[in-house]
Amino acid sequence: MRAKHALATAAAAMLAATSVPVRAETIQVMVDKLVFTPAQVSAKVGDTIEWINRDILAHTATVKGGMEVMIPARKTVRLTLQKAEAIDYYCRFHPNMKGRITVSAP
Amino acid sequence: MSVRKYSLALVLALLGVATAAQAADKPTDPQIAHIAYTAGAIDVAAAKQAIAKSRNKVVVSFAKDMLRDHEAVNKQALALVGKLNVKPEDNATSRALSDAAGKTKATLAKLRGAAFDKAYVANEVAFHQQVNGALQALLIPSASNSELKGLLETGLKIFQGHEQHAVHVAAELR
Repeated sequence: MRAKHALATAAAAMLAATSVPVRAETIQVMVDKLVFTPAQVSAKVGDTIEWINRDILAHTATVKGGMEVMIPARKTVRLTLQKAEAIDYYCRFHPNMKGRITVSAP
Repeated sequence: MSVRKYSLALVLALLGVATAAQAADKPTDPQIAHIAYTAGAIDVAAAKQAIAKSRNKVVVSFAKDMLRDHEAVNKQALALVGKLNVKPEDNATSRALSDAAGKTKATLAKLRGAAFDKAYVANEVAFHQQVNGALQALLIPSASNSELKGLLETGLKIFQGHEQHAVHVAAELR
């Protein structure tokens, strides 16, 4: 009986563990030789985008008429996503550089 | 001098430089470092002139992009030649580039307003085309040190972006 009880407790604990909300993820975007890779990423609200700039140049992730994240040379910067939306961004210093983040509800 | 005549004269001058560069013997690493640094410094000076003279937001913003990037690349180039213990060496191509740039700067100095903006941006298109051509055809293949070659290849990517950006700005000014 005692063993059965322990087993049931363990099973309940395991179930509880799997029902805990999925932890927010960090999604990496490389910035190398003036290219965002991957150029398109999908994420959920609460996730963090991490831009890793390997270039010797400063870049930005800018939304026309909206937010702007500065990405200094050889630095890593993070942005936590606040709402479900499609973010089309570009580098204000190098307008050829483009990326998209599709943010869905958690 | 009309803008069109000016642009033609400039393109001819740059073609002359490119031909001189290609006709010359294969440049050494100290010469390549000097040519690359000179080209960067020329564009930094051109950007400063445009920032001081232009009142067009798009042109000034483009010039600031050129200033920021070319200063960053040249800083990297100086750090690399220091590390490799390479002493940049003056040469005919560097001198031809500097002479052409001096003439361009003097011509641009006489222009005002939209005429200046158009001539500056047209020159940026032509200059980047010429430098990118020289990087691809001569400087990168001639570089013997792998780190120098790597920096030139990174530079080429950056300057190809500049060339496209300049073409885009030129189209906006039309």
